[in-house]
Amino acid sequence: MLARSPHGALRRLFDDVGTVDAVGIEERVAKYGTRSIKKASKLWGLKLAASMVDLTTLEGKDTPGKVASLCQKAMCPHDPELGVPQVAAVCVYPAMVKHARKALGSATAVRIASVATAFPSGQAPLKTRLAEVKAAVADGADEIDMVINRGAFLSGEFGVMQDEIRAVVEACGQATLKVILEVSELETFDNIRAASFLAMRVIREGDFIKTSTGKTSLNATLGNNQVMIEAIRDYYLDTGVSIAMKPAGGIRTAKQALTFLIAIKETLGDAWLNNARYRFGASALLNDLIRQIEKENTGAYQAPYYFSEATESY
Amino acid sequence: MPTLTAKKTSTRPARPAPELIFGDLWEFDPSPETADPKLKTRYDLFINGQFVAPKSGKYFDSINPANERKLAEIAQASAADVDAAYQAAKAAYDNVWGKLPGRERAKYLFRIARLLQDRAREFAVAETLDGGKPIKESRDFDVPMAAAHFFYHAGWADKLDYVAPGRRVAPLGVVGQVIPWNFPLLMLAWKLAPALAMGNTVVLKPAETTSITCLKLAEILQDAGLPPGVVNFVTGAGDVGAAVMNHPIPAKLSFTGSTEVGKIIMRSVAGTDKKMTLELGGKAANIVFDDAPLNQAVEGIVNGIFFNQGHVCCAGSRLLVHEPVAEQVLTKLKNRIKVLRVGDPLDKNTDIGAINSKEQLRKITAMVASGVKEGAEMFQPTCRLPPKGFYFRPTLFSGVSMSHRIAREEIFGPVLSILTFRTVDEAIEKANNTAYGLSAGVWTDKGSRILKMSTELKAGVVWANTYNKFDPASPFGGYKESGFGREGGRQGLLDYCKLI
Repeated sequence: MLARSPHGALRRLFDDVGTVDAVGIEERVAKYGTRSIKKASKLWGLKLAASMVDLTTLEGKDTPGKVASLCQKAMCPHDPELGVPQVAAVCVYPAMVKHARKALGSATAVRIASVATAFPSGQAPLKTRLAEVKAAVADGADEIDMVINRGAFLSGEFGVMQDEIRAVVEACGQATLKVILEVSELETFDNIRAASFLAMRVIREGDFIKTSTGKTSLNATLGNNQVMIEAIRDYYLDTGVSIAMKPAGGIRTAKQALTFLIAIKETLGDAWLNNARYRFGASALLNDLIRQIEKENTGAYQAPYYFSEATESY
Repeated sequence: MPTLTAKKTSTRPARPAPELIFGDLWEFDPSPETADPKLKTRYDLFINGQFVAPKSGKYFDSINPANERKLAEIAQASAADVDAAYQAAKAAYDNVWGKLPGRERAKYLFRIARLLQDRAREFAVAETLDGGKPIKESRDFDVPMAAAHFFYHAGWADKLDYVAPGRRVAPLGVVGQVIPWNFPLLMLAWKLAPALAMGNTVVLKPAETTSITCLKLAEILQDAGLPPGVVNFVTGAGDVGAAVMNHPIPAKLSFTGSTEVGKIIMRSVAGTDKKMTLELGGKAANIVFDDAPLNQAVEGIVNGIFFNQGHVCCAGSRLLVHEPVAEQVLTKLKNRIKVLRVGDPLDKNTDIGAINSKEQLRKITAMVASGVKEGAEMFQPTCRLPPKGFYFRPTLFSGVSMSHRIAREEIFGPVLSILTFRTVDEAIEKANNTAYGLSAGVWTDKGSRILKMSTELKAGVVWANTYNKFDPASPFGGYKESGFGREGGRQGLLDYCKLI
């Protein structure tokens, strides 16, 4: 009964989309870290990274007030004279979407993303998850971050996993979809690549695949980012459909963000160096980017408390 | 599946073929390494622990291949200088080094290794200026690996009773060594360290175009307090090399370089009782099967052929691809080499630096022209090259067959010849169908196939799912015209001793 066993299903999927060598991936991404970005190219990269941030708050203690203050920061991250761009989006729980919409208004370019589908576990009936997506979109969400059914993937029920994504695509309507693979629960690079392909085959051009929820031990790393962007590249060259990418969780410093962008520049090329094709799911990152931009302009580092919403202090 | 749906898709508006754009949207600013290489304007010979002027009084210029500017003057040795070096080495062996216990020799080797680490940045910059290799390679590979060889062999020096179980070992005496220009400092380290650990003394000649880091290492040998005459460096061109190889004193000769010169040396030592190690050319096959993780294989192929501008004797210069994935691998390779950065070797972002010399650039250009003439399809990215200096774009040749010159002769440059195969046996046959046998690579997800290939490939090193990996503990050397004897590891040490 090989054909029906989960192992058989995974094996066939790997044969179909190809495997990943973990040592090779780590070697490849180590080279990104040795790139040396200076002066104008650094400033350009920092501003690009800031424009790609999905400014996130996903806590049980979130309130309309906290969300409003986050939205304000998203629209105007720092002194306008410094030229820090607006971030791409704010990312909140579905219950907070209407408060975010109220804070941002309707004329803004900052988008509202919401983590629907029983985030972060996804362990709710499909009907409930779809209702959550629809409610978030109705409240004004421009983007939906869904989690895949990892249980279905790991037990070889790829059809179930893909059907659920299809259903969410439908529930999204005009909203952009981001499919969270939750890489730490998939464990291997082979699985991450395979799950990326399964997701890409049922989502629309311009939709995202995303590394993680930020709620487990291991989040975005250069390694799993590389596996996913190589999957996006291979899928694009094969079908012409360009899928966007969002690493989330664990990217806290400007230096890290630049290294991720170098990976994009050298793997997917210039067409992905914009916030319609690449995002960072992060909260602390934005302030470090601003701090580095300020340093490029003035030549001096400023203390964290000079920046609003600072999460660290002395 | 595509054939079934062909009709349906043809009714949709046609999309242009998807292409990735590797343009100048995000240009990197120059990022040169700024450490001071501390070069002298003139370097003398290093004989008997002293820098001494050549007897001829002649010097030649060493230039920076990245911009053709003069770096320093290097002494031109003559046969008389070589003789003086050998006399010093003999005296040092007879009076000091040969009698010193291994644990004492180890102290010197450890000291050399540490001093080299202390001055790593300085040496990296000097190596890059002199040879044209990218600073990230001299900084992350050449210098640390050179230090690692000294450390490794320092560790052996007091344990030589265990290097050949059941036997005892004794040094040979004086050793003559000649090294090439592709890894000047590293090659120096991996020849010096085992010879010294074993208790031999050395006369060594670096390559004419890359003598500087060798003579800088002489400063470290002085600082380490190495007894005079234990290591002697003579510099110059091929005639000096011939004098080093033909001298009556050395009990062992060790040469790394071209097969052509290796053959001449072999002839000259015929009839003598000198021991010999030759590490010569290569035309390695890098074999990619259809079940390999292709994206990482492509990375390994790039690392295999474009590392150090392809100036690597074990470079994976022949790519053998399984036919079902040949087209896919070629597309991936093209996209990968579009983002390789060719240019100023001192820039920390440079992936491919300068070709070592005008002479080598001429050879590469001629070989590439022959590939085009014989009908192979060439691909080069459109990267800009600096106006001055010796540069060559990374080059792919597809549609290559075994009878092409570019599939048979060593190019020693950033040029990859791509051939295809259908079965495992055909891959082995093609890989072994060469005069050389230094290294090979195998890329597959199937472990049993790796084991089969590694026993059937006639190559000194077989890398599996990786390429160009080195370690002081791992012996390196060839089959057939790639030479004989091993360097590194226990096997390398055995080539520097007699068993008693």
